[in-house]
Amino acid sequence: MESHELTFEPDDRYNAFLTVCKKAPYGKGNLSGIAVAVKDNISTRGIETTCASKILKGYIPPYDAHAVELLRNSGAAIVGKTNMDEFGMGTTTENSAFGPTLNPCDTGRVPGGSSGGSAAAVASNMVPMALGTDTGGSIRCPAAFCGIVGLKPTYGRVSRFGLIAYSNSLEQIGPMAKTVSNVSTLMQVIAGKDRKDSTSYDRPYTHTPVTNIKGLKIGIPGEYFGEGVDPKVAGVVKTAIGRLEELGATTVPCSIPSMKFALAAYYVTCTCEASSNLARFDGVRYGPGADSKKSWHEAYKEVRRAGFGTEVRRRIMLGTFALSSGYYGKYYAKAQIARESVKSDFARIFSEVDLIAGPTMPSIAFKLGEKSDPLSMYLSDILTVPANLAGIPAISVPCGKVDSMPVGLQIMGRPFEDERVIDAAYAYEQAVN
Amino acid sequence: MAEDQVIVGLEVHCQLDTKSKLFCGCSTDYRDDGPNTHVCPVCLGLPGAMPVLNKRSIEYAMKVAKALNCTVLHESEFSRKNYFYPDLDKAYQITQYDKPLAEGGYLEIESDEGGERRIQLTRIHVEEDPGRLVHMGNAERGKYSLVDYNRAGIPLIEIVSEPDMRSPKEARKFLNKLRATLEYLSVFDSDKEGSLRVDANISIKGNERVEVKNITSYKGVEKALTYEVTRQKNLIRRGQRIERETRHFIESTGITQSSRSKEQEHDYRYFPEPDLRPLHVQSWMAGIVLPELPDARRERFIAQYGCSLNHARTLTGELKLANFFEKVVAADPKGLSTLAATWIADTLIGELNYRSMSLERVDAAGITELVSILKQGTITDKSGIDVLRVMLDQRLKDEPAETPAAIISRLNLAKTTGDNSAILTAIEEAITENPKALEDYRAGKGGALNFLVGQVMKKTRGKADPGELNRLLTKALAKREA
Amino acid sequence: MVTEKDVEHIAELADIGINTGELDTFTHQFNAILDYFDVLDLVKGNSTVTRDLTNIMREDVVEPSLPREEVLKNAAAQEDGFIKAPRVM
Repeated sequence: MESHELTFEPDDRYNAFLTVCKKAPYGKGNLSGIAVAVKDNISTRGIETTCASKILKGYIPPYDAHAVELLRNSGAAIVGKTNMDEFGMGTTTENSAFGPTLNPCDTGRVPGGSSGGSAAAVASNMVPMALGTDTGGSIRCPAAFCGIVGLKPTYGRVSRFGLIAYSNSLEQIGPMAKTVSNVSTLMQVIAGKDRKDSTSYDRPYTHTPVTNIKGLKIGIPGEYFGEGVDPKVAGVVKTAIGRLEELGATTVPCSIPSMKFALAAYYVTCTCEASSNLARFDGVRYGPGADSKKSWHEAYKEVRRAGFGTEVRRRIMLGTFALSSGYYGKYYAKAQIARESVKSDFARIFSEVDLIAGPTMPSIAFKLGEKSDPLSMYLSDILTVPANLAGIPAISVPCGKVDSMPVGLQIMGRPFEDERVIDAAYAYEQAVN
Repeated sequence: MAEDQVIVGLEVHCQLDTKSKLFCGCSTDYRDDGPNTHVCPVCLGLPGAMPVLNKRSIEYAMKVAKALNCTVLHESEFSRKNYFYPDLDKAYQITQYDKPLAEGGYLEIESDEGGERRIQLTRIHVEEDPGRLVHMGNAERGKYSLVDYNRAGIPLIEIVSEPDMRSPKEARKFLNKLRATLEYLSVFDSDKEGSLRVDANISIKGNERVEVKNITSYKGVEKALTYEVTRQKNLIRRGQRIERETRHFIESTGITQSSRSKEQEHDYRYFPEPDLRPLHVQSWMAGIVLPELPDARRERFIAQYGCSLNHARTLTGELKLANFFEKVVAADPKGLSTLAATWIADTLIGELNYRSMSLERVDAAGITELVSILKQGTITDKSGIDVLRVMLDQRLKDEPAETPAAIISRLNLAKTTGDNSAILTAIEEAITENPKALEDYRAGKGGALNFLVGQVMKKTRGKADPGELNRLLTKALAKREA
Repeated sequence: MVTEKDVEHIAELADIGINTGELDTFTHQFNAILDYFDVLDLVKGNSTVTRDLTNIMREDVVEPSLPREEVLKNAAAQEDGFIKAPRVM
């Protein structure tokens, strides 16, 4: 029974929020009265949910995502919906139809994406916790760029019911906060089996982080420190890994040969799935309305041309092409084989080590408008997509600065060993603070 | 195969009779309720909603696979069939593509020449039904559509046959046998409107194949195919090519028409449904127990009730009819079966069809009583028909239902036994009133006797026993002096 | 190598409009991305994708549907409980 209300009137100078709930109801529970922001691709009953797209402007879901239901049951106050790249497609939150979110560390730079709004809301202390989603790095990238903590859970550990799908086989809802402890607390609330999600596993998360990482072996992939990664960023991350060694972990060099396919496999998979997921937006059951005076196909085309931004239309077309007659074998089928290759590379490495560490992003946050070429933008996901392809847990924790901008240390673990990933991040965080 | 042999294949879609929909808990009992009242985020395709498979739908589909002798695949999977249409709310249908539930199998039907024919099947799979469109408006006010999503997500089983049928009639027989089998398995209710849809593929040997989509009635299938055979044979005779195309059947006029070409762009971009997990259910087949199926029941009716092959075929052709028959004769199978089989198969069904009346409205006990009375011989067959008609009409019009005995008494239909005076009077009157008939009879014209019999029957309102009547009439005719 | 015509065809297939003036840029970007995807041609092997979750099903139990007002709430146009849509011509 929700019987209290939190007054929430933030000074949102970063455009982190698309919807603010000025009077947010909350109840009893572990998160009682705690303000939590929810990314705007997660369905919230009675609260507008737009995925930062014009095609969903005004859409008010009649149901809660499972993770949101769990949040409400834990007593949290859902204080607003955060800005994002439209439908999750982007690395900077510049693809929002409602203006970009600014990075609180430097308002001339992007906060990362696609969960940029959630990251900025947390980084600027508007909220202590937020839910984001991660398809190819969309929690970890903004966490790294804004200097906060963000976890992409093992695929299937958090229900996707109510998450407006972009790429079903890759994405997860995950916790974002300033501290590893808060990320862990939020993970406790949202993880666990949901019978409404056929891809969800019965693996609740009940862990309290510990700092003991003595004896853990950490793999350091050459591909995470090579060409394409800013040497200054690499340097800061290497120092952070050194700290982990001081805490009792040992490092082992390793290699992920399938990295060379990873980005292509990721973009083929997500564009194909997205082209199908986004076809339902015809303005008939929700959205801006289709013109009944036009014929069906004309009206449908017009709704999509007007309602979807350029990047979304580009990805839908790429996905449609890759799935079209004659191309399925060349693209989608091959991408799934490449994924198996990535999975088996990780499995091989994890038979020797317990964790893998490296930078989250190849650079610090870009300046607004800096990355205008789509392919160049896609390439910046190279270090984050492998964890999505393999379904393994991955966290980004702040580990220093380059040119005054935050750098993220990424730690990945075996499937369902989110707890160990959290512990390593916690150990590092506690040691440096 | 003859040079102009007709080749037919069918794709039959049947709604599975589960309580809830294929991927959500919405009730499937939507037909009496208003539009959009049996809908939830999942079957409405709201963003973020996810499907969860209804176990019973797979159990039902596997029963069908077993009854039709199919092989269930080791691993089967759902796929997305992507296309854009207002009644398809996700813009994809969750169906099965390259890994269906089962493959192969066959169905035995009565061939056109008598005897049995085996129609091979290609595959069986499970998929969801889309919503329902109602077309509105006109050219002046503007055309638009109204959509009702109650039907969206209803589980369908699709049974695909090889192109093994050789005539529209065989197609109808296949369909009837398939329908009966599904009813016997209790997985399908054919009385539900729209519960069966058929796509038919037809070609004349050596020519292109034409697809006729979305035929919604059993009779419609035979009509559509008959029309197509004629249409195609005419084209061939005129030396024209048959176009490979998709057509649709118009029930009201009985013709097929070419469908609009946009739907020819059939690139469905199939890929495996990422929100569902694969099925490994081959091992379930061993545990599936089949009930008595139509063929077995037919054989049992012949053996147990002494039915003729034709009667047995008719009576077991529909589950409800077979159950009805057994209920009627239950009290005295030995005594009642033969007569009941004749009366139900040859008379009752016809009377029901004539009244567009469903068997459900008939009281089995009443029929048992009627058949018993007929067995005793206290009324003539003609009176029996009259009584039956009264019984049915009363039920049809929701009037108080009388027992056969009450009707017989009220209408005074009991055979006149012993006292022949009424018949003799009627005979004399009939002969006197029809001198020409008497002449014809004397001239040896056979029809004259029957004519007079009919006249007497009219006068006695059918109460005269035909055998007795014939004897008495012949005697009376002989007595009349020339 | 896709041409502007190919891109137009894909846009038709996807029923998605391209703004005039976008076609040229789209085509260039498309080609660059598809070239990048060509690396997948080097992937070897047939997929026996690992299948750990199987037979996920629910019992055939009826659960409450949405009240009709909720179903129609977000629809731009409705009539007599139906949702209104443009007619397929």
